Amino acid sequence: MKRRNFIKNSMLFAGVLTTLPSVLFAKKSYAAWPKTSFDIKDLTDSVKSVYGHNNLEESSKVKLKAPSIAENGAIVPINVSTSLENVDSIMIFVENNPQPLSSGYQLTQLAEPSIGTRLKMGKTSNVMAAVKSGDKVYTSTQEVKVTIGGCGG
Amino acid sequence: MFRKILAVILLLPALSVLASPEKDFDKFVSYFKDRFPNTPYEDYKNGVYSIDASAREQWEAMEEFPPYELNVDRGEELFNKPFKNGNTYGSCFENGGVGIRQNYPYFDTDRNKVITLEGALNDCRVKNGEKPLSYFKGKELAHVSAYMAYTSRGNVFNVQIPNTEEALNAYEDGKRLYFTKKGQLNFSCADCHVYQTGTKLRADIPSPAIGHPTHFPVYRSGMGRLVTLHERFAGCLNRIRAKSFKGGSDELNNLEFFTTFMSNGLEVNGPGSRK
Amino acid sequence: MSTIKMRSKESNGVVTVKALIKHPMETGQRKNKKTGDMIPAHYIQEVHSKANGKDVITIHWGPAVSKNPYLTFKYKGNKGDDVEISWVDNQGNKDTKIGKVK
Repeated sequence: MKRRNFIKNSMLFAGVLTTLPSVLFAKKSYAAWPKTSFDIKDLTDSVKSVYGHNNLEESSKVKLKAPSIAENGAIVPINVSTSLENVDSIMIFVENNPQPLSSGYQLTQLAEPSIGTRLKMGKTSNVMAAVKSGDKVYTSTQEVKVTIGGCGG
Repeated sequence: MFRKILAVILLLPALSVLASPEKDFDKFVSYFKDRFPNTPYEDYKNGVYSIDASAREQWEAMEEFPPYELNVDRGEELFNKPFKNGNTYGSCFENGGVGIRQNYPYFDTDRNKVITLEGALNDCRVKNGEKPLSYFKGKELAHVSAYMAYTSRGNVFNVQIPNTEEALNAYEDGKRLYFTKKGQLNFSCADCHVYQTGTKLRADIPSPAIGHPTHFPVYRSGMGRLVTLHERFAGCLNRIRAKSFKGGSDELNNLEFFTTFMSNGLEVNGPGSRK
Repeated sequence: MSTIKMRSKESNGVVTVKALIKHPMETGQRKNKKTGDMIPAHYIQEVHSKANGKDVITIHWGPAVSKNPYLTFKYKGNKGDDVEISWVDNQGNKDTKIGKVK
Protein backbone atom coordinates (compact mmCIF):
# COMPACT_ATOMS: atom_id res chain seq x y z
CA MET A 1 0.00 0.00 0.00
CA LYS A 2 1.34 3.44 -0.78
CA ARG A 3 2.52 5.33 2.27
CA ARG A 4 0.14 8.26 1.83
CA ASN A 5 -2.81 5.97 1.60
CA PHE A 6 -1.57 4.02 4.53
CA ILE A 7 -1.43 7.09 6.72
CA LYS A 8 -4.80 8.29 5.47
CA ASN A 9 -6.34 4.92 6.12
CA SER A 10 -4.77 4.66 9.57
CA MET A 11 -6.06 8.04 10.56
CA LEU A 12 -9.51 7.21 9.28
CA PHE A 13 -9.38 3.98 11.18
CA ALA A 14 -8.19 5.75 14.34
CA GLY A 15 -10.96 8.31 13.90
CA VAL A 16 -13.50 5.54 13.67
CA LEU A 17 -12.00 3.83 16.69
CA THR A 18 -12.41 6.90 18.88
CA THR A 19 -15.99 7.62 17.90
CA LEU A 20 -17.17 4.02 17.73
CA PRO A 21 -16.95 3.20 21.44
CA SER A 22 -19.22 6.06 22.48
CA VAL A 23 -21.82 4.85 20.00
CA LEU A 24 -21.46 1.15 20.76
CA PHE A 25 -21.10 1.44 24.51
CA ALA A 26 -23.27 4.50 25.12
CA LYS A 27 -24.74 4.30 28.59
CA LYS A 28 -28.39 3.44 28.17
CA SER A 29 -30.28 6.52 29.28
CA TYR A 30 -33.11 5.70 31.60
CA ALA A 31 -36.57 6.50 30.36
CA ALA A 32 -37.86 9.56 32.14
CA TRP A 33 -40.76 9.02 34.51
CA PRO A 34 -43.79 8.78 32.19
CA LYS A 35 -45.83 11.49 33.84
CA THR A 36 -48.62 11.41 31.23
CA SER A 37 -49.36 7.74 31.76
CA PHE A 38 -49.35 8.03 35.53
CA ASP A 39 -51.76 10.97 35.42
CA ILE A 40 -54.44 9.34 33.28
CA LYS A 41 -57.68 8.54 35.07
CA ASP A 42 -59.29 6.08 32.68
CA LEU A 43 -58.02 2.49 32.29
CA THR A 44 -58.43 2.28 28.50
CA ASP A 45 -56.70 5.63 27.98
CA SER A 46 -53.99 4.61 30.42
CA VAL A 47 -53.28 1.37 28.55
CA LYS A 48 -53.23 3.26 25.24
CA SER A 49 -50.77 5.81 26.59
CA VAL A 50 -48.39 3.03 27.63
CA TYR A 51 -48.54 0.78 24.56
CA GLY A 52 -49.99 3.00 21.85
CA HIS A 53 -52.92 0.60 21.45
CA ASN A 54 -55.52 -1.41 23.37
CA ASN A 55 -54.89 -4.84 21.84
CA LEU A 56 -54.56 -6.88 25.01
CA GLU A 57 -54.72 -10.66 25.05
CA GLU A 58 -55.72 -12.51 28.19
CA SER A 59 -53.20 -15.28 28.81
CA SER A 60 -52.90 -18.02 31.37
CA LYS A 61 -49.14 -17.66 30.97
CA VAL A 62 -49.32 -14.43 32.98
CA LYS A 63 -49.56 -15.31 36.66
CA LEU A 64 -51.02 -12.59 38.84
CA LYS A 65 -50.97 -13.26 42.57
CA ALA A 66 -53.22 -10.97 44.60
CA PRO A 67 -55.52 -11.57 47.55
CA SER A 68 -59.22 -11.97 46.75
CA ILE A 69 -60.11 -9.90 49.83
CA ALA A 70 -57.39 -7.46 50.85
CA GLU A 71 -56.69 -7.30 54.58
CA ASN A 72 -56.02 -3.61 54.17
CA GLY A 73 -56.34 -1.40 51.09
CA ALA A 74 -53.23 0.56 52.07
CA ILE A 75 -50.90 -2.34 51.47
CA VAL A 76 -52.02 -5.05 49.06
CA PRO A 77 -49.28 -7.57 48.15
CA ILE A 78 -49.12 -8.14 44.36
CA ASN A 79 -46.83 -10.50 42.48
CA VAL A 80 -46.59 -10.97 38.72
CA SER A 81 -44.61 -13.64 36.91
CA THR A 82 -44.79 -15.22 33.51
CA SER A 83 -43.45 -18.12 31.49
CA LEU A 84 -43.54 -15.96 28.35
CA GLU A 85 -40.16 -15.17 26.84
CA ASN A 86 -38.56 -11.93 25.62
CA VAL A 87 -40.44 -9.90 28.18
CA ASP A 88 -39.75 -6.17 27.85
CA SER A 89 -42.00 -4.90 30.58
CA ILE A 90 -44.60 -5.67 33.20
CA MET A 91 -47.23 -3.08 34.10
CA ILE A 92 -49.78 -3.21 36.90
CA PHE A 93 -53.09 -1.38 36.49
CA VAL A 94 -55.63 -0.95 39.29
CA GLU A 95 -58.80 -0.10 37.40
CA ASN A 96 -60.70 1.77 40.11
CA ASN A 97 -57.79 3.74 41.52
CA PRO A 98 -57.84 7.48 40.76
CA GLN A 99 -55.07 6.77 38.25
CA PRO A 100 -55.09 3.12 37.11
CA LEU A 101 -51.38 2.82 36.26
CA SER A 102 -49.74 1.95 39.57
CA SER A 103 -46.26 0.92 38.45
CA GLY A 104 -44.17 -0.26 35.50
CA TYR A 105 -41.18 -2.62 35.42
CA GLN A 106 -38.78 -2.37 32.45
CA LEU A 107 -36.73 -5.54 32.21
CA THR A 108 -33.33 -6.02 30.61
CA GLN A 109 -32.19 -9.38 29.21
CA LEU A 110 -30.59 -10.09 32.58
CA ALA A 111 -33.87 -9.85 34.52
CA GLU A 112 -36.29 -12.73 35.00
CA PRO A 113 -39.96 -11.82 34.33
CA SER A 114 -41.04 -11.95 37.95
CA ILE A 115 -41.75 -8.96 40.17
CA GLY A 116 -43.60 -8.13 43.36
CA THR A 117 -44.62 -5.06 45.30
CA ARG A 118 -47.33 -3.71 47.62
CA LEU A 119 -49.97 -1.32 46.32
CA LYS A 120 -52.58 1.06 47.67
CA MET A 121 -56.09 0.35 46.52
CA GLY A 122 -58.82 2.89 47.18
CA LYS A 123 -61.66 0.46 46.75
CA THR A 124 -62.62 -2.92 45.34
CA SER A 125 -61.21 -3.15 41.87
CA ASN A 126 -59.92 -5.31 39.09
CA VAL A 127 -56.15 -5.51 39.12
CA MET A 128 -54.61 -6.17 35.71
CA ALA A 129 -51.07 -7.35 35.13
CA ALA A 130 -49.87 -6.62 31.57
CA VAL A 131 -46.78 -8.28 30.13
CA LYS A 132 -45.18 -7.04 26.89
CA SER A 133 -43.48 -9.89 25.09
CA GLY A 134 -42.16 -9.03 21.64
CA ASP A 135 -44.89 -7.00 19.96
CA LYS A 136 -47.79 -8.35 21.92
CA VAL A 137 -49.28 -7.48 25.28
CA TYR A 138 -50.66 -10.31 27.41
CA THR A 139 -52.74 -9.79 30.53
CA SER A 140 -54.20 -11.43 33.57
CA THR A 141 -56.92 -9.76 35.61
CA GLN A 142 -58.27 -10.46 39.06
CA GLU A 143 -60.73 -8.67 41.28
CA VAL A 144 -59.41 -7.66 44.70
CA LYS A 145 -62.06 -6.74 47.22
CA VAL A 146 -61.22 -3.93 49.61
CA THR A 147 -63.36 -3.74 52.72
CA ILE A 148 -63.39 -1.34 55.61
CA GLY A 149 -65.31 -1.30 58.80
CA GLY A 150 -65.03 -3.68 61.67
CA CYS A 151 -63.65 -3.61 65.12
CA GLY A 152 -60.11 -3.24 63.86
CA GLY A 153 -60.62 0.47 63.48
CA MET B 1 -73.55 -24.53 75.32
CA PHE B 2 -69.85 -24.89 75.95
CA ARG B 3 -69.40 -21.18 76.20
CA LYS B 4 -72.12 -20.87 78.79
CA ILE B 5 -70.31 -23.35 80.97
CA LEU B 6 -67.06 -21.49 80.49
CA ALA B 7 -68.69 -18.15 81.35
CA VAL B 8 -70.27 -19.53 84.47
CA ILE B 9 -67.10 -21.13 85.74
CA LEU B 10 -64.89 -18.15 85.01
CA LEU B 11 -67.28 -15.58 86.48
CA LEU B 12 -67.60 -17.07 89.93
CA PRO B 13 -65.05 -15.06 91.92
CA ALA B 14 -66.89 -15.87 95.11
CA LEU B 15 -65.98 -19.50 94.61
CA SER B 16 -62.28 -18.59 94.31
CA VAL B 17 -61.52 -21.77 96.18
CA LEU B 18 -62.63 -23.67 93.10
CA ALA B 19 -61.56 -21.16 90.39
CA SER B 20 -57.79 -20.70 90.56
CA PRO B 21 -55.73 -19.05 87.80
CA GLU B 22 -54.29 -22.43 86.84
CA LYS B 23 -57.76 -23.92 86.50
CA ASP B 24 -58.90 -20.86 84.51
CA PHE B 25 -55.94 -21.40 82.20
CA ASP B 26 -56.75 -25.06 81.63
CA LYS B 27 -60.37 -24.29 80.84
CA PHE B 28 -59.39 -21.44 78.52
CA VAL B 29 -56.93 -23.54 76.59
CA SER B 30 -59.27 -26.50 76.28
CA TYR B 31 -62.05 -24.19 75.05
CA PHE B 32 -59.82 -22.96 72.23
CA LYS B 33 -58.56 -26.42 71.39
CA ASP B 34 -62.16 -27.51 70.89
CA ARG B 35 -63.06 -24.34 68.98
CA PHE B 36 -60.12 -24.62 66.57
CA PRO B 37 -59.12 -28.28 66.49
CA ASN B 38 -56.78 -27.75 63.52
CA THR B 39 -54.71 -24.98 65.09
CA PRO B 40 -51.53 -26.21 66.79
CA TYR B 41 -51.18 -24.60 70.22
CA GLU B 42 -47.90 -22.83 69.46
CA ASP B 43 -49.50 -21.12 66.47
CA TYR B 44 -51.84 -19.03 68.63
CA LYS B 45 -49.01 -16.55 68.94
CA ASN B 46 -49.93 -15.52 65.39
CA GLY B 47 -53.39 -14.34 66.38
CA VAL B 48 -55.96 -14.24 63.62
CA TYR B 49 -53.43 -15.72 61.18
CA SER B 50 -53.57 -18.95 63.16
CA ILE B 51 -57.26 -19.36 62.34
CA ASP B 52 -57.84 -17.78 58.90
CA ALA B 53 -56.07 -19.08 55.80
CA SER B 54 -56.70 -16.14 53.48
CA ALA B 55 -55.54 -13.55 56.00
CA ARG B 56 -52.54 -15.76 56.77
CA GLU B 57 -51.42 -15.78 53.15
CA GLN B 58 -51.34 -11.98 53.09
CA TRP B 59 -49.53 -11.89 56.40
CA GLU B 60 -46.93 -14.31 55.03
CA ALA B 61 -46.52 -11.98 52.01
CA MET B 62 -45.83 -9.15 54.47
CA GLU B 63 -43.40 -11.33 56.42
CA GLU B 64 -41.27 -11.65 53.23
CA PHE B 65 -39.96 -8.26 54.27
CA PRO B 66 -41.97 -6.97 57.19
CA PRO B 67 -42.50 -3.21 57.56
CA TYR B 68 -41.61 -3.39 61.26
CA GLU B 69 -37.95 -4.07 60.44
CA LEU B 70 -37.52 -0.33 59.95
CA ASN B 71 -39.04 0.25 63.40
CA VAL B 72 -36.85 -2.37 65.07
CA ASP B 73 -33.77 -0.64 63.62
CA ARG B 74 -34.99 2.69 64.99
CA GLY B 75 -35.85 0.99 68.30
CA GLU B 76 -32.32 -0.33 68.59
CA GLU B 77 -30.91 3.17 68.07
CA LEU B 78 -33.21 4.59 70.74
CA PHE B 79 -32.47 1.70 73.10
CA ASN B 80 -28.76 2.43 72.90
CA LYS B 81 -29.02 6.20 73.05
CA PRO B 82 -27.78 7.40 76.45
CA PHE B 83 -29.93 9.46 78.80
CA LYS B 84 -28.62 12.88 79.84
CA ASN B 85 -26.78 11.20 82.72
CA GLY B 86 -24.98 8.80 80.42
CA ASN B 87 -26.86 5.63 81.37
CA THR B 88 -28.88 3.66 78.82
CA TYR B 89 -32.11 1.63 79.08
CA GLY B 90 -30.06 -1.57 79.29
CA SER B 91 -28.70 -0.57 82.69
CA CYS B 92 -32.15 -1.04 84.28
CA PHE B 93 -32.68 -4.58 83.06
CA GLU B 94 -31.40 -8.11 83.46
CA ASN B 95 -29.01 -9.12 80.69
CA GLY B 96 -28.71 -5.52 79.56
CA GLY B 97 -32.35 -5.59 78.42
CA VAL B 98 -31.72 -8.13 75.67
CA GLY B 99 -33.87 -11.26 75.38
CA ILE B 100 -36.06 -10.51 78.40
CA ARG B 101 -39.47 -9.57 76.94
CA GLN B 102 -40.99 -12.84 78.18
CA ASN B 103 -40.40 -11.78 81.81
CA TYR B 104 -43.10 -9.11 81.55
CA PRO B 105 -45.57 -8.45 82.97
CA TYR B 106 -44.78 -9.61 86.49
CA PHE B 107 -46.27 -8.83 89.86
CA ASP B 108 -43.93 -6.79 92.02
CA THR B 109 -44.65 -7.88 95.61
CA ASP B 110 -42.76 -4.90 97.08
CA ARG B 111 -44.68 -2.27 95.17
CA ASN B 112 -47.81 -4.44 95.01
CA LYS B 113 -48.45 -3.75 91.39
CA VAL B 114 -48.14 -5.29 87.96
CA ILE B 115 -45.03 -4.17 86.11
CA THR B 116 -45.26 -4.28 82.31
CA LEU B 117 -42.31 -3.80 79.95
CA GLU B 118 -43.40 -0.30 78.95
CA GLY B 119 -43.95 0.47 82.64
CA ALA B 120 -40.43 -0.73 83.44
CA LEU B 121 -39.03 1.38 80.60
CA ASN B 122 -40.71 4.47 82.03
CA ASP B 123 -39.52 3.57 85.55
CA CYS B 124 -36.02 3.39 84.07
CA ARG B 125 -36.40 6.81 82.52
CA VAL B 126 -37.62 8.42 85.73
CA LYS B 127 -34.86 6.70 87.75
CA ASN B 128 -32.38 8.31 85.36
CA GLY B 129 -33.84 11.80 85.50
CA GLU B 130 -35.90 11.63 82.31
CA LYS B 131 -39.62 12.17 81.79
CA PRO B 132 -41.84 9.12 81.30
CA LEU B 133 -43.12 8.68 77.74
CA SER B 134 -46.54 8.02 76.28
CA TYR B 135 -47.67 4.46 75.53
CA PHE B 136 -49.69 5.81 72.63
CA LYS B 137 -49.02 7.02 69.07
CA GLY B 138 -46.18 4.63 68.32
CA LYS B 139 -43.29 6.81 69.42
CA GLU B 140 -40.12 6.11 71.41
CA LEU B 141 -41.62 3.76 73.98
CA ALA B 142 -43.23 1.62 71.29
CA HIS B 143 -39.99 1.51 69.29
CA VAL B 144 -37.84 0.47 72.24
CA SER B 145 -40.45 -2.14 73.21
CA ALA B 146 -40.46 -3.44 69.62
CA TYR B 147 -36.68 -3.79 69.62
CA MET B 148 -36.67 -5.58 72.97
CA ALA B 149 -39.43 -7.92 71.79
CA TYR B 150 -37.46 -8.68 68.64
CA THR B 151 -34.37 -9.66 70.66
CA SER B 152 -36.55 -12.03 72.71
CA ARG B 153 -38.24 -13.90 69.90
CA GLY B 154 -38.63 -17.57 70.60
CA ASN B 155 -38.47 -17.15 74.40
CA VAL B 156 -41.50 -18.54 76.18
CA PHE B 157 -43.92 -16.63 78.43
CA ASN B 158 -44.31 -18.00 81.93
CA VAL B 159 -46.18 -15.41 84.00
CA GLN B 160 -46.22 -16.30 87.67
CA ILE B 161 -48.87 -15.12 90.11
CA PRO B 162 -47.33 -14.86 93.59
CA ASN B 163 -49.49 -16.40 96.26
CA THR B 164 -50.44 -13.09 97.85
CA GLU B 165 -53.84 -11.48 98.10
CA GLU B 166 -52.65 -8.43 96.16
CA ALA B 167 -51.32 -10.51 93.28
CA LEU B 168 -54.46 -12.59 93.04
CA ASN B 169 -56.57 -9.45 93.17
CA ALA B 170 -54.64 -7.96 90.26
CA TYR B 171 -55.24 -11.14 88.25
CA GLU B 172 -58.93 -11.20 89.19
CA ASP B 173 -59.23 -7.51 88.33
CA GLY B 174 -57.89 -8.15 84.86
CA LYS B 175 -60.11 -11.18 84.43
CA ARG B 176 -63.15 -9.23 85.55
CA LEU B 177 -62.45 -6.43 83.04
CA TYR B 178 -62.07 -9.11 80.37
CA PHE B 179 -65.41 -10.79 80.99
CA THR B 180 -67.59 -7.84 81.96
CA LYS B 181 -69.94 -6.45 79.34
CA LYS B 182 -69.44 -2.75 79.00
CA GLY B 183 -69.91 0.33 76.92
CA GLN B 184 -72.71 1.49 74.71
CA LEU B 185 -72.33 -1.65 72.61
CA ASN B 186 -72.41 -3.79 75.75
CA PHE B 187 -69.54 -6.04 74.70
CA SER B 188 -66.99 -7.76 76.85
CA CYS B 189 -63.53 -8.60 75.51
CA ALA B 190 -64.67 -12.21 75.70
CA ASP B 191 -67.68 -11.59 73.46
CA CYS B 192 -65.39 -11.00 70.48
CA HIS B 193 -62.21 -12.82 71.40
CA VAL B 194 -63.63 -15.90 73.06
CA TYR B 195 -67.22 -16.50 71.94
CA GLN B 196 -67.13 -14.90 68.49
CA THR B 197 -63.52 -15.53 67.61
CA GLY B 198 -63.19 -16.83 64.06
CA THR B 199 -66.54 -15.40 62.95
CA LYS B 200 -67.00 -12.19 60.95
CA LEU B 201 -67.45 -8.93 62.78
CA ARG B 202 -68.27 -6.69 59.81
CA ALA B 203 -65.01 -6.84 57.82
CA ASP B 204 -62.91 -8.22 60.67
CA ILE B 205 -62.35 -11.61 62.18
CA PRO B 206 -61.87 -11.40 65.96
CA SER B 207 -58.65 -13.12 66.92
CA PRO B 208 -58.55 -15.73 69.69
CA ALA B 209 -57.78 -14.55 73.22
CA ILE B 210 -54.78 -16.80 73.70
CA GLY B 211 -51.63 -15.39 72.23
CA HIS B 212 -52.77 -11.76 72.12
CA PRO B 213 -49.91 -10.14 74.02
CA THR B 214 -47.14 -12.29 72.50
CA HIS B 215 -46.79 -10.26 69.30
CA PHE B 216 -47.07 -6.72 70.65
CA PRO B 217 -46.23 -4.01 69.90
CA VAL B 218 -47.68 -4.44 66.42
CA TYR B 219 -46.95 -2.52 63.23
CA ARG B 220 -50.35 -1.66 61.82
CA SER B 221 -50.13 -1.11 58.08
CA GLY B 222 -53.44 0.71 58.08
CA MET B 223 -52.10 3.23 60.58
CA GLY B 224 -48.56 3.17 59.21
CA ARG B 225 -47.04 2.87 62.67
CA LEU B 226 -46.43 0.84 65.83
CA VAL B 227 -49.21 0.28 68.34
CA THR B 228 -48.52 -0.92 71.89
CA LEU B 229 -50.75 -3.41 73.72
CA HIS B 230 -52.19 -0.69 75.96
CA GLU B 231 -52.97 1.51 73.00
CA ARG B 232 -54.81 -1.41 71.45
CA PHE B 233 -56.70 -2.13 74.69
CA ALA B 234 -57.69 1.54 74.90
CA GLY B 235 -58.64 1.55 71.22
CA CYS B 236 -60.86 -1.51 71.58
CA LEU B 237 -62.59 0.05 74.59
CA ASN B 238 -63.22 3.20 72.54
CA ARG B 239 -64.60 1.08 69.69
CA ILE B 240 -67.24 -0.50 71.92
CA ARG B 241 -67.88 2.98 73.31
CA ALA B 242 -66.84 2.06 76.81
CA LYS B 243 -64.83 4.05 79.28
CA SER B 244 -61.21 3.74 78.26
CA PHE B 245 -58.08 3.82 80.39
CA LYS B 246 -54.64 5.38 80.13
CA GLY B 247 -51.53 3.49 79.13
CA GLY B 248 -49.85 2.26 82.29
CA SER B 249 -53.04 2.53 84.39
CA ASP B 250 -53.78 -0.16 86.97
CA GLU B 251 -56.75 -1.31 84.88
CA LEU B 252 -54.68 -1.91 81.75
CA ASN B 253 -51.72 -3.30 83.69
CA ASN B 254 -54.01 -5.87 85.28
CA LEU B 255 -55.66 -6.66 81.97
CA GLU B 256 -52.22 -7.28 80.47
CA PHE B 257 -51.41 -9.48 83.49
CA PHE B 258 -54.50 -11.62 82.93
CA THR B 259 -54.17 -11.88 79.15
CA THR B 260 -50.46 -12.69 79.26
CA PHE B 261 -51.02 -15.35 81.93
CA MET B 262 -53.52 -16.88 79.50
CA SER B 263 -50.75 -16.95 76.90
CA ASN B 264 -48.26 -18.83 79.06
CA GLY B 265 -46.36 -21.45 77.12
CA LEU B 266 -46.41 -19.38 73.92
CA GLU B 267 -43.35 -17.70 72.44
CA VAL B 268 -42.51 -14.01 72.17
CA ASN B 269 -42.96 -13.05 68.52
CA GLY B 270 -43.21 -9.29 68.58
CA PRO B 271 -43.31 -6.94 66.89
CA GLY B 272 -46.12 -8.36 64.77
CA SER B 273 -47.30 -7.17 61.37
CA ARG B 274 -51.01 -6.41 61.30
CA LYS B 275 -53.42 -4.68 58.95
CA MET C 1 -28.58 6.28 57.48
CA SER C 2 -29.65 4.34 54.40
CA THR C 3 -33.31 4.22 53.46
CA ILE C 4 -32.80 0.94 51.64
CA LYS C 5 -32.77 -2.48 53.27
CA MET C 6 -32.11 -5.34 50.92
CA ARG C 7 -31.50 -9.04 50.84
CA SER C 8 -30.38 -10.99 47.79
CA LYS C 9 -30.19 -14.75 47.53
CA GLU C 10 -29.05 -16.96 44.69
CA SER C 11 -30.53 -20.35 43.86
CA ASN C 12 -30.02 -22.35 40.67
CA GLY C 13 -28.51 -19.43 38.83
CA VAL C 14 -31.35 -17.05 39.69
CA VAL C 15 -30.94 -14.29 42.22
CA THR C 16 -34.01 -13.08 44.11
CA VAL C 17 -33.63 -9.52 45.36
CA LYS C 18 -35.95 -8.19 48.07
CA ALA C 19 -35.88 -4.59 49.21
CA LEU C 20 -37.76 -2.46 51.70
CA ILE C 21 -37.34 1.28 51.27
CA LYS C 22 -38.17 3.81 53.95
CA HIS C 23 -40.29 6.44 52.20
CA PRO C 24 -43.66 8.09 52.92
CA MET C 25 -45.00 7.57 49.35
CA GLU C 26 -47.37 10.47 50.01
CA THR C 27 -50.00 10.74 47.26
CA GLY C 28 -50.65 14.44 47.55
CA GLN C 29 -54.35 13.68 48.02
CA ARG C 30 -54.38 13.71 51.80
CA LYS C 31 -55.15 16.61 54.09
CA ASN C 32 -53.28 17.49 57.24
CA LYS C 33 -56.05 17.01 59.82
CA LYS C 34 -54.73 19.74 62.05
CA THR C 35 -54.07 22.52 59.54
CA GLY C 36 -56.48 21.57 56.76
CA ASP C 37 -53.68 21.96 54.21
CA MET C 38 -53.03 19.30 51.58
CA ILE C 39 -49.97 17.22 52.35
CA PRO C 40 -47.69 17.63 49.32
CA ALA C 41 -47.07 14.65 47.07
CA HIS C 42 -43.82 12.94 47.96
CA TYR C 43 -43.19 9.59 46.34
CA ILE C 44 -40.47 7.58 44.66
CA GLN C 45 -40.78 7.80 40.88
CA GLU C 46 -37.85 5.73 39.66
CA VAL C 47 -35.92 2.78 40.99
CA HIS C 48 -32.94 1.29 39.17
CA SER C 49 -31.04 -1.84 39.86
CA LYS C 50 -27.73 -3.10 38.56
CA ALA C 51 -25.80 -6.27 39.16
CA ASN C 52 -22.02 -5.96 38.92
CA GLY C 53 -22.54 -2.68 37.13
CA LYS C 54 -24.93 -4.10 34.52
CA ASP C 55 -28.51 -2.83 34.27
CA VAL C 56 -31.06 -5.33 35.52
CA ILE C 57 -34.32 -3.45 35.83
CA THR C 58 -35.73 0.08 35.66
CA ILE C 59 -38.89 0.70 37.61
CA HIS C 60 -41.41 3.51 37.46
CA TRP C 61 -43.62 3.98 40.49
CA GLY C 62 -46.64 6.19 41.01
CA PRO C 63 -48.13 7.32 44.33
CA ALA C 64 -50.27 4.15 44.50
CA VAL C 65 -47.29 2.16 45.67
CA SER C 66 -47.56 1.63 49.44
CA LYS C 67 -45.70 3.58 52.10
CA ASN C 68 -42.28 2.14 52.91
CA PRO C 69 -42.41 0.38 49.57
CA TYR C 70 -41.44 -3.23 49.09
CA LEU C 71 -39.90 -4.51 45.89
CA THR C 72 -38.85 -7.93 44.73
CA PHE C 73 -37.43 -9.03 41.40
CA LYS C 74 -35.20 -11.75 39.97
CA TYR C 75 -32.28 -11.87 37.58
CA LYS C 76 -29.81 -14.43 36.24
CA GLY C 77 -26.82 -14.13 38.54
CA ASN C 78 -24.36 -15.56 41.04
CA LYS C 79 -23.46 -15.58 44.70
CA GLY C 80 -21.13 -12.71 45.45
CA ASP C 81 -22.69 -10.39 42.84
CA ASP C 82 -22.86 -6.74 43.84
CA VAL C 83 -26.48 -5.63 43.57
CA GLU C 84 -27.08 -1.90 43.51
CA ILE C 85 -30.48 -0.33 44.08
CA SER C 86 -31.06 3.39 43.71
CA TRP C 87 -34.16 5.55 43.79
CA VAL C 88 -35.22 9.11 42.95
CA ASP C 89 -38.40 10.75 44.17
CA ASN C 90 -40.60 13.53 42.81
CA GLN C 91 -38.86 16.06 45.06
CA GLY C 92 -35.44 15.17 43.72
CA ASN C 93 -34.27 13.17 46.75
CA LYS C 94 -32.26 10.04 46.11
CA ASP C 95 -30.51 7.16 47.77
CA THR C 96 -28.41 4.19 46.69
CA LYS C 97 -27.29 0.99 48.31
CA ILE C 98 -25.11 -1.90 47.24
CA GLY C 99 -25.35 -5.35 48.74
CA LYS C 100 -23.84 -8.75 48.03
CA VAL C 101 -25.76 -11.78 46.88
CA LYS C 102 -25.68 -14.65 49.36
